[in-house]
Amino acid sequence: MISFVIKRLLQSVFVMLAVALIAFSMFRYIGDPVSNMVGQDTTQAEREALAERLGLNDPFFMQFGRFVVKAAQGDFGISYKYREPVSHLIEQRLAATLELSFVSAILALAIGIPAGVYTALRPRGLLSRAIMTLSLVGVSLPTFLIGILLILFFGVILRWLPTFGRGDVVAIGWWTTGFLTVSGIKSLILPAITLALFQMTLIMRLVRAEMLEVLRTDFVKFARARGLPDRSVHFIHALKNTLVPVITITGLQLGSLIAFAIITESVFQWPGMGLLFIQAISDVDIPIMAAYLVLIAFFFVIINMIVDILYYMVDPRLRADNAG
Amino acid sequence: MDLLNINNLRIEFPSRHGTVVAVDDVTLKVQPGEVLGVVGESGAGKSTIGNAVIGLLEPPGEMTGGHVFLKSKQIDTLGAEAKRKIRGRRIGMIFQDPLTSLDPLQTIEQQLVETIELHLKLGEKKSQERAVDLLRQVGIPDPETRIKNYPHQFSGGMRQRVVIALALCAEPEVIIADEPTTALDVSIQAQILDLMRRLCREKQVGMIIITHDMGVIADITDRVAVMYHGKLVEEGTTAKILGNPDHPYTQSLISAVPRPDIRLKRFPMVNYIEAESVRPRHIDLATHWLGKSRDFEDVSGPLLSLKNLVMTFVTRHSIIKSRRKTFNAVDDVSFDIAEGEVFGLVGESGSGKSTVARMVCSLYKPAAGEVNFAGTDLTKIASESERDHFRRQMQMIFQDPFSSLNGRMKVMDIIAEPIRFHKLARTNREVEQIVTDLLDHVGLGAKAAVRFPHEFSGGQRQRISIARALATRPRFLICDEPTSALDVSIQAQILNLLKDLQEQLGLTMLFISHDLPVIRQMCDRVGVMKQGKLVEVAATEDLFEKPQAAYTRELLDLMPRLDKLSHEGLEVEKA
Repeated sequence: MISFVIKRLLQSVFVMLAVALIAFSMFRYIGDPVSNMVGQDTTQAEREALAERLGLNDPFFMQFGRFVVKAAQGDFGISYKYREPVSHLIEQRLAATLELSFVSAILALAIGIPAGVYTALRPRGLLSRAIMTLSLVGVSLPTFLIGILLILFFGVILRWLPTFGRGDVVAIGWWTTGFLTVSGIKSLILPAITLALFQMTLIMRLVRAEMLEVLRTDFVKFARARGLPDRSVHFIHALKNTLVPVITITGLQLGSLIAFAIITESVFQWPGMGLLFIQAISDVDIPIMAAYLVLIAFFFVIINMIVDILYYMVDPRLRADNAG
Repeated sequence: MDLLNINNLRIEFPSRHGTVVAVDDVTLKVQPGEVLGVVGESGAGKSTIGNAVIGLLEPPGEMTGGHVFLKSKQIDTLGAEAKRKIRGRRIGMIFQDPLTSLDPLQTIEQQLVETIELHLKLGEKKSQERAVDLLRQVGIPDPETRIKNYPHQFSGGMRQRVVIALALCAEPEVIIADEPTTALDVSIQAQILDLMRRLCREKQVGMIIITHDMGVIADITDRVAVMYHGKLVEEGTTAKILGNPDHPYTQSLISAVPRPDIRLKRFPMVNYIEAESVRPRHIDLATHWLGKSRDFEDVSGPLLSLKNLVMTFVTRHSIIKSRRKTFNAVDDVSFDIAEGEVFGLVGESGSGKSTVARMVCSLYKPAAGEVNFAGTDLTKIASESERDHFRRQMQMIFQDPFSSLNGRMKVMDIIAEPIRFHKLARTNREVEQIVTDLLDHVGLGAKAAVRFPHEFSGGQRQRISIARALATRPRFLICDEPTSALDVSIQAQILNLLKDLQEQLGLTMLFISHDLPVIRQMCDRVGVMKQGKLVEVAATEDLFEKPQAAYTRELLDLMPRLDKLSHEGLEVEKA
């Protein structure tokens, strides 16, 4: 187990270095960092002094090494547009995105898995058919349309829920949370549903397909032949065996929830990282883009590692070291 | 009072094309301590009976007639919950494949204890003790530690023991075993059948064994019921049914069983089940393209000569060489096959026989040794075009008729592909003519050409495979367990076909099988493999009559006794 985790960690470090290299190249070679930082009337001598001070004349590996060391400490330089440290900008917005993503993920899992199990167990039931039809809508409608429709219905017509922003937030250290105020929670509902809908239907369909597969296996038949009650057959033997592929997909999807909440954040004007990133692209704010790239890669690597360790715990066949 | 009484059972499967009667008016009785065999081929409805008795008929299957009594109490009319309480508690079930019968994510203990708790309500401590005790009864060594293991940590035979232990958890009065040993090697099969018979006698359990294997029937049953197309055609004591069958189906079934004790010229016509399709045209191979000289190099010595062949697989990968673990699947194997000879390779699963075949046809590259074919060492060939020259002379027939044909290609294209690839015919018309002739010759008929593989049964698909193998006009054929996925009568037909082709075309064959009786019918000489090593090579009759190696004797001893079987209508070949 420990050697497995260490091996995974080493691989992760390697992946992060590769991403850092891409981020650094972007930083260093797209556009001229000096002209991005100084005004029109700066003299050539001043420019060169600045380049020297920023270390732009050093050899490639030294520059890259410095970038990695700084990035590891969370220092990605200063945003061209906001004239503020990038780390500070991201700090303010990370909480918003993570809260939104996790609520969506939990929503998707909490509804997707039971719905998948239900539709697999009663494939011909009326409710199953209704769920399956609805899930088609979830898979096929684009996120922004769902968001806009929800705003129209709950925000504009019914006026139940706010349509933009995070509402009132409470700061705990640098982390700002919307969970502690009524308006914060209310503001979270619509974007979370919008973001979760696609994942929910995906997970549901996956669980359903896997479950139908497992219910046809011999060991389920043998469990029934031993007289085990349906509850045990379905939830102890069948469900656990459907989990491995579900864990994989869920892990990857959680990563994309964080990375690609952009559309939802734009529709709801959610002050998260996605919004920051979109603005950074239109402003060619390269430090922010580089930081975003590294950060998202970091999230994916961490999630993947957790997924691998979960596999290891769920499926004894992968624990090769105790195979007999 | 009968222990289990199945009375006039009728099971129907409604479908779009009308109702299929899977089981038609079947009556069976089982007494305590008795083993009843239900024998029949695929589709005879024998497994459906077992499922119906325990109330697990798969929808849309439906019991539309008859009754099931367990100790005079009618059980087929009970509600779902009451039926569930009978399953496992009073009627135990054992399935075919031990590798898939156990939940892979739970330890043996969890599965045993769950079942014991459910039926006997002993409390956790007592249940655990009983679980260990059960494992000891079914012959699992060191049960106290093994019980903590997961199913994948057991071998196939050990897993089937665990399955039996699970079926015995609550001391059921009846056990229904559906092909309990089909997935196992012959030595393991003997042990498992032994165990089942012992448990049956000791605990006075009534057992129904559902099987297609006459060896199992002869070995363990007291009485036999023969099923054909959902109907019970004959029932009686095992000695009577095997030795002196009345019904023509039973007679044809028994005549199709490969005998370990005699070698037949041919299997007598076994067209009761899947009528061996009439050959619309006989092709005179002497003048036909298929039989024409194929301008191959003449060989002076043996056609195929293997020298010190070794194949190594890495079982643990590592960058550091000393940490790598390897094992030799084939270890220093040498033998010759003369032109026109059928050479058998026999051994249990994992003995390396299929690996040898794959090295012969260059699918695997040997770690060491030579594969000399017609005087050329195939392992030293560098260019693909030169290799193609030998590939054309050497063709292969695989075990699984379902996965060895491309399901998206029509039979015409499947068989024409090798002809086109090796440019053996000039025009497309010629290719099509050859394919049609081939299909006629293997007994499928030209109409088969426009259909897809899934429209054919297992036996018919194996005929397609054979036609495809013949399409390059090879002189050497590798048959890797060509009939082990087939029913016994279909197997007899395919073996007949292979024998005929071998004679007509003068083919040389490497015939691989785990089934000694089949080897005896087919081969001139036999090599016996054990754990990658060749332990004995001898002429077939010598091997069966005067085995030299201890392992060969062991294998021969484990063969099911079939001397009770009727010899009627058989033509024995003298050595």
